[in-house]
Amino acid sequence: MDNEAIATCVKTRFPEEIGDARIFRNELTLMVKKEYVADVARFLKENKELEFDFLSDLCGVDRIATDDVFEVVYHFYSIQKNHRVRIKALVPAIEPSIPTVTDVWKTANWHERETYDMFGIMFVGHPDLRKILTPDDFEGHPLRKDYPLDGRQPAKLRDIYRKGEA
Amino acid sequence: MTESATTTTTHLMTINMGPQHPSTHGVLRLLLELDGEMITKAVPHVGFLHRGVEKLAEYRTYHQCIPLTDRLDYVAPFSNNLAYALTVEKLLGIEIPERAQHIRVLLCELTRITSHLLWLATHALDIGAMTVFFYCFREREAIYDIFELVSGARMHLSYIRVGGVARDIPGGFLEKIRTFVSEFPSRINEYETLLTDNPIWKKRTVGVGIISAEDAIDFGLSGPSLRGSGVNWDIRKSEPYSGYDKYNFAVPLGKNGDVYDRYRVRIEEMHQSNRIVHQALNILPKGDCIASIPNVTLPSKEDVETKMESMISHFKLITDGIHPPKGEVYTSIEAPKGELGFYLVSDGSSRPYRLKIRPPSFVNLEALPKMVEGRLLSDVVATIGSLDIVLGEIDR
Repeated sequence: MDNEAIATCVKTRFPEEIGDARIFRNELTLMVKKEYVADVARFLKENKELEFDFLSDLCGVDRIATDDVFEVVYHFYSIQKNHRVRIKALVPAIEPSIPTVTDVWKTANWHERETYDMFGIMFVGHPDLRKILTPDDFEGHPLRKDYPLDGRQPAKLRDIYRKGEA
Repeated sequence: MTESATTTTTHLMTINMGPQHPSTHGVLRLLLELDGEMITKAVPHVGFLHRGVEKLAEYRTYHQCIPLTDRLDYVAPFSNNLAYALTVEKLLGIEIPERAQHIRVLLCELTRITSHLLWLATHALDIGAMTVFFYCFREREAIYDIFELVSGARMHLSYIRVGGVARDIPGGFLEKIRTFVSEFPSRINEYETLLTDNPIWKKRTVGVGIISAEDAIDFGLSGPSLRGSGVNWDIRKSEPYSGYDKYNFAVPLGKNGDVYDRYRVRIEEMHQSNRIVHQALNILPKGDCIASIPNVTLPSKEDVETKMESMISHFKLITDGIHPPKGEVYTSIEAPKGELGFYLVSDGSSRPYRLKIRPPSFVNLEALPKMVEGRLLSDVVATIGSLDIVLGEIDR
């Protein structure tokens, strides 16, 4: 299916929930209201014409400076049909939370943990939402734009990491 | 004798495997809950090697990110370079000269061979077949010499540039590769005589670490780990990049999704990669090795020394870098370990607004508990080996 056909197909099923569709460099991006992410995801997977069986990637993007939101970006691929789509949902920076898609794809588990770790976005319904890449006593969410490149860890942790003095 | 000493207790034991365990292929830590020798629960802990590559990329120009990508999957640095460069090129919407594409494919497939050689060497060593290790490292050394000849580095090549490759291939390079590809198939057969029909090898791998095709897709497995379960998906075939559609090669598939099938798939992939390298050698066209695009690729050295405009352009590219248009792209390639994807968001400035890396090992490792739970402790080592993980790209 080409990009227009995919966009039409999803929009027919979710006229209210899907915002504008954009095509850039032959890649389709659909904006979804965050409450419906799991429903749209399930539809994409189970619809016989779309058959997006593979969740390629899931990540966050910090847009606080311009819009006071985070973007949660999903990349879907269909192994059967060989097409891709990108789904995007905006979550407010004040209370960043979004439904989980772990019950649609098991692979979403670690992706969502990583996004939580890096941006502090909560995935409601996630079975095991723990940090994954940063240490347990690490404070903050390093991929947020307001997080400085050289870190801002408590002095104790900084001593351990920087000077090797345990 | 007291009563408590004679009754057998049946409580579960939790043991810690890694992060300094030789068979976890880096700094992977596994918390294993054991009932006797049987694993009831396995919880992987990652992140010990986290360097914040995605954060660092936001503070570097587009070209400065290339060396960062080398250090993701450090046994296949060229594939990482390629995936990143393709992403930036897609964002810019530029075309690459034919010759550069063929050089990329050539080196990419040699990289796949080195990556698979390292996998085979350590996988066999983990299970107890030591000889294979020495054989594989002998061939790996030969390829590293080839890499050194072309890029000056053995591991972190950073040979790709946005728009092509850094410089044309040196004299004697093609002959060296030709010698290698003519010998290599017999070397693979040599490894196979040690393993493929070896009863000990089969006892340790057949029926171990099984994952069905449905589960494999659900867990997001890709690359040889997915094809071992019989799913025919190879990005070189489904979404050809860098002119892969011009090459003849087969996509080997497994059937049972066990450690042995993944072994067979990777062995056959080495044969196929060798075939691709052979074809690339024969059809390598003449021409430029990097596109000539103002404000993207550097002008030639001669022009910089003789023309004022070229000198200014050179200076601006080095100090300020390229400015892709506003937008976002996702590109993925078939890296030796699976789907390696880069998601790049540009705000029109000279630095990426966001660079997300989709590392195949990270996603593949997630399926490990599914493969080992209910199996024996010794199977964990075989299963980790068969997933071919590299912690450099898992932890980023």
